[in-house]
Amino acid sequence: MSKRDRLSGNEAVSVAMRQINPDVVAAFPITPSTEVPQYFASFVANGMVDTEFVPVESEHSAMSACIGAQAAGARTMTATSANGLALMWEMLYIAASSKLPITLAAVNRALSGPININNDHSDTMGARDSGWIQIYGENNQEAYDNFIQAVRIGEHPDVMLPVMDCYDGFITSHAVENIELLDDDAVKKFVGEYNPGESLLNRKNPISVGPLDTVTHYFEHKRIQAEAMKNAKQVILDVAEEFEKLTGRKYGLFEEYMMDDAEVAIVIINSTAGTAKETIKGLRAKGIKAGLIKIRVFRPFPVEEIAKALSKVKAVAIMDKCDGFNAAGGPLFNEVTSALYGRADGIKAINYIYGLGGRDVSVQDIATVYDRLLDIVNTGNIGEVYNYLGVRE
Amino acid sequence: MMETIFERPKALADVPFHYCPGCTHGIVHRLIAEVIDELGIEGDTIGVAPVGCAVFAYNYFNCDMQEAAHGRAPAVATGIKRANPENIIFTYQGDGDLAAIGTAETVHAATRSENITIIFLNNAIYGMTGGQMAPTSLVGQVTQTTPYGRKVEMQGYPIRMSEMLATLEGSSFIKRCSVDSIKNINDTRASIKKAFQCQIDKKGFSMVEVLSTCPTNWGLSPAESMDWLRDNMMPYYPLGVYKDVTGGDR
Repeated sequence: MSKRDRLSGNEAVSVAMRQINPDVVAAFPITPSTEVPQYFASFVANGMVDTEFVPVESEHSAMSACIGAQAAGARTMTATSANGLALMWEMLYIAASSKLPITLAAVNRALSGPININNDHSDTMGARDSGWIQIYGENNQEAYDNFIQAVRIGEHPDVMLPVMDCYDGFITSHAVENIELLDDDAVKKFVGEYNPGESLLNRKNPISVGPLDTVTHYFEHKRIQAEAMKNAKQVILDVAEEFEKLTGRKYGLFEEYMMDDAEVAIVIINSTAGTAKETIKGLRAKGIKAGLIKIRVFRPFPVEEIAKALSKVKAVAIMDKCDGFNAAGGPLFNEVTSALYGRADGIKAINYIYGLGGRDVSVQDIATVYDRLLDIVNTGNIGEVYNYLGVRE
Repeated sequence: MMETIFERPKALADVPFHYCPGCTHGIVHRLIAEVIDELGIEGDTIGVAPVGCAVFAYNYFNCDMQEAAHGRAPAVATGIKRANPENIIFTYQGDGDLAAIGTAETVHAATRSENITIIFLNNAIYGMTGGQMAPTSLVGQVTQTTPYGRKVEMQGYPIRMSEMLATLEGSSFIKRCSVDSIKNINDTRASIKKAFQCQIDKKGFSMVEVLSTCPTNWGLSPAESMDWLRDNMMPYYPLGVYKDVTGGDR
């Protein structure tokens, strides 16, 4: 059973949090994620959940409190954006390396500086190598669905890693859309009880979390962490399959849109995928074989699957809502081209940096990217690889 | 010939404030600008803007301004002052910035007796993010994250920054003021002037805490907010000088 409602992305995620009824939420407000803990605080005050809610004094403390709580055996959650995530940086790595499956609503916002409150992906892209699983969602429904699945993915015994549920600030977090919510009981049953194999406060099995790990063991521990991230891919697919049985909504590592016969394609993350789908509809009406891949799972990165999905296109544009400042391209571009290397060689790939700091991207803007791809296919000339969309030069 | 008896301070930019109606940020901005004018230090003064409602402070002062990351203004000010010891450096911070995320920077700037001036607006709430509980929110105060009021057993006690910083050997001038009345506004101006003078005289760390209102997030009219400040904030945050060693050899 499910219920139709109209909610903002933040509201939807706070409802998911209420339905999950975590043991501890520790958070500090930052635009545009503030509403998640704020709505949740009202659920706590109204006695709708049993959660210890801790309004800490900074994100540094929020993630530290989450680490302490999760290590103590509690199911723990928080939410943040941009500089808040950056202030958590030190602890992000500690949470991941300590195998603590904390769930974080990461509401994408441009990272300072210059200071900006609007959407791009520089915050979570910066945290891409922190050891967290990263799942991205195009709209409110996906933000809600991914948040519920994140709990199961992170807590799986083969994984035990923290998970970020990433969705676009304002565009997704604040826009109200129709959404299908699961029944409270269905969510509770889906996520189940959190029973970590080991935790603090277990008198029968005392442990230490996060002790000094020198040359003798540090490397092996990082290796175990890397293996857990590899394991996550299958777990993500298994959880998605179970979720589909419950909801009818299908999730994978990425979404393929009009890719069956596509000759030109773009690879993109989050809400702009919706814009690009509109562009594709227009192009298809003109007989142009355009397609799209929308990344859902960025960590672990679906290397083989992406290469296979792109293997039949003639030219691809990888769209980054975050610059890489490596003088070569954005982070998604680097990941996708490295996935193609040796698996699908010869595909002409270009990169576009778009939408930084909330710069609007229209259906027509995306159309210019497809124009460029068609030109590459027709002329064989790839031209400039590292490009910008919609910036004043 | 007409005599000018009232004009905009030169240190205050001729632009409209973005602050909500009834908010006291505007009064305090003006007082700082008046003091800068009176001391004739506009060309020598560098301000550090916070994150919070006053994030746009750099739009309002006609001196050089630097934007700091959330809570880091005293550390940024430390850097500016150490590089330019002859300049006058002030930070302008709210309670979310100074008493929450930036508590460590505040305490350690004071304990090092950094020769800077902090203007601290305490309105007992996080204003910019929409009215969540601050460390300075009063017991029982209704906020977005404490909808039935702040409870000591859940959220602890409000923090008194002036009293705490006054205990540090490094602080030189610490005073809590208010802008709820003409008398207190005048006293706040005199206190800000004294804090800047403390810095000019190289006496070390100075802070003026100003009890302020947030009608929007308190859910009160501007006039009711002033009453709420007097009835609720002043008993817990008494006005007065908490530290003054500016007369000594420091």
